[in-house]
Order: sequence, then C-alpha cells, then structure tokens
Amino acid sequence: MAHIRKKKSKETPPVSTASLPDIVFMLLFFFMVTTTMREVTLLVKVKKPKATEIQKLDRKDLTTYIYMGSPRNTELYGSEPRIQLDDQLGSVGDVQSFVILKREEINEAERPKFTVSIKADIDVKMGLISDLKQELRKAQALKISYSTNPAGSPEELYKTY
Amino acid sequence: MARNKRAIPEINAGSMADIAFLLLIFFLVTTTMDVDKGLMVKLPPWSEEPPPDNNEIRQKNIFIVLVNSNNQLLVEEEYMELQDLRAAAKLFIDNNGDGSCEDCRGSRDATSSENPSKAIISLQNDRGTSYDMFVKVRNELLGAYSELRNELAERKYGRPYDLLNEEGQTAISEVYPQFISEAEPVSVGG
Repeated sequence: MAHIRKKKSKETPPVSTASLPDIVFMLLFFFMVTTTMREVTLLVKVKKPKATEIQKLDRKDLTTYIYMGSPRNTELYGSEPRIQLDDQLGSVGDVQSFVILKREEINEAERPKFTVSIKADIDVKMGLISDLKQELRKAQALKISYSTNPAGSPEELYKTY
Repeated sequence: MARNKRAIPEINAGSMADIAFLLLIFFLVTTTMDVDKGLMVKLPPWSEEPPPDNNEIRQKNIFIVLVNSNNQLLVEEEYMELQDLRAAAKLFIDNNGDGSCEDCRGSRDATSSENPSKAIISLQNDRGTSYDMFVKVRNELLGAYSELRNELAERKYGRPYDLLNEEGQTAISEVYPQFISEAEPVSVGG
C-alpha cells in the first residue's frame, strides 16, 4: 500500500483534453449563430460624425440604411458624394421608391416603427442631405436617425471645429 | 470477409479540435456585434403647400439658429461659437416668460419665450453646410433639452431622467417637450 501511494504522488496525471473539441464546438456554434455577415458592400466612403446625445437603434429588421459619401472607386463614379441604396449607387430620385419598397417588406403592425438610418460621411454637404430628407418626407418615412459614433464628452466636439 | 472488415482502421479524431478551432477563429474575426447608434429625429409630413404663415407663432417664441456654408453660427441674429449654443438654448427654453410653467427656473425675460411648450427652436442651414457641423449643432440642441430634463428629474425625483420609470419620463417630457424644426435649406449666404 505504502509503495503504491508513493508512486502516485510522484507525477500528476495529465489533464484530459478529450472534452476540448466539445468546448470549442460550443463556442463555434455560438459565433456561427450570432454572426451576421455584412449585408452590403460599401461603395462609398463613410466616416461617421461624433455626437453625445445618441440613442440606440435596437430593431435592425425595422431599419433601412442609406449610405452617403464620396465613392471609393473614383475612376468609375467620380468623387462627388453619392447615395448608396443597398448594393448600388442611386440618385435622390430613387430614394422614394426604395424606401417604400423596404417598408412594404415589414409586417403591417410594425410599420409605424420603421426607421431610416442615414449613414453619411462628415464631408457630405447638407444640400444633398436636405434633398434626401425631402424625399423621405414624400415617402412618409418620418422616423430617421443620423447615424453617429459616440463621443467621449461635449468638449471633444468643440475642439475639432 | 469478417476479417477484412475488422481491418479498416478507425479515423483519427485528434485533429477535430484543430479544425473546429480554425472555424471558430474565422467566425470570431468576421463577427460584428455593432449596434447602430444615432440622433433620432422626426420629420414633419410632406405637404405641397408652403408652410402656413407664422403669424400665430410669436416671434419671441422662435429661437433661430442659422448655420452658413462656412459652418459659422448665427443665433438670434448674433454670431456665436458652438460651445455657447447649449447654454443659450437652455436659457431660451427655460425662460418661462408668462409664468405658466411651474417647474421652470428661467429668468422670465419678457423678450424671450413664453413657456417651454411654446418655445420652438428653428434650425436653418445652407446647402453648403457640412454634415459634420449640422450634426454637432443638432447634438447641442438635443443636449440642451436633455440637460433641462435631467435637472428637473433630479429636483423632482432625485434621479436622472434615464433612470425614471415611464410615468416620470412622460411627466417631465410634458414640461419640456422637444420642438426642434429643421427647416428646408435656404441660402443663408457666406
């Protein structure tokens, strides 16, 4: 008996790694389920402005995104700021039908919560954005959100100007 | 036959973990858990007719903020820096000229707004104003309202506005309703 005990204390048994694949698979499934692949490829450069009074947009399925900025491919599209609707560049005139189509996809009970998120670059001029706002008003999409990044403090915003 | 069957070697599952790790790392890298955040705005409904004459709204109840194409501010016909805008807007909203707002602490200046539910902030911008500046100005105006609401919430309930229950929040937003109008772009020069 004494002999056996001595032998045992000499070396600790190796940790079993048999359950390692299970753990990894569990994590894998978690990330597979939560991953949302980027739905659109950005054709325009968007550097969002900063703000402090921001609110979260929690229902992604009720939100439609409109991107604005100068095109990435300047040889093809020039450098003037453009509007991107889904996967293609559009003009202000296309916005109204685009928004109405998007709203039709939502079930009727939740249509009042339909929100348009404007993801515009800081260098876009307000002329284009005002035109877009007019089109949204015509399409009766009145809930909009100016997409921004959070700023640390209001003072941070004064400095850059 | 039976012997042959037995001879098929078992597939080594030792590398299963490696494969799973590879996939795991791929999904870890591609996952974006970003939540979209922004300034929530409600637009007025579209109407073909020009907006009605503002005779009913008395001039002292409108706080006009102009932003020109050089991103300069003109507030109530005076040049102003961005960092002073929030305080000026707060003074205007909280002024309580006719004394009907019991919770306001304003200076009751006869030339400024009558009460918070009549006070309207009109934000006008040029077509050449940059989006960055517009968002900053918009942010300051929203900030003025949220500061006033927070101050009132602290006085009344001893808690900031965000931590109040729904009842408290509606009670306070009735005292300070948000009236920010984004006018159609005009040429404000500059």
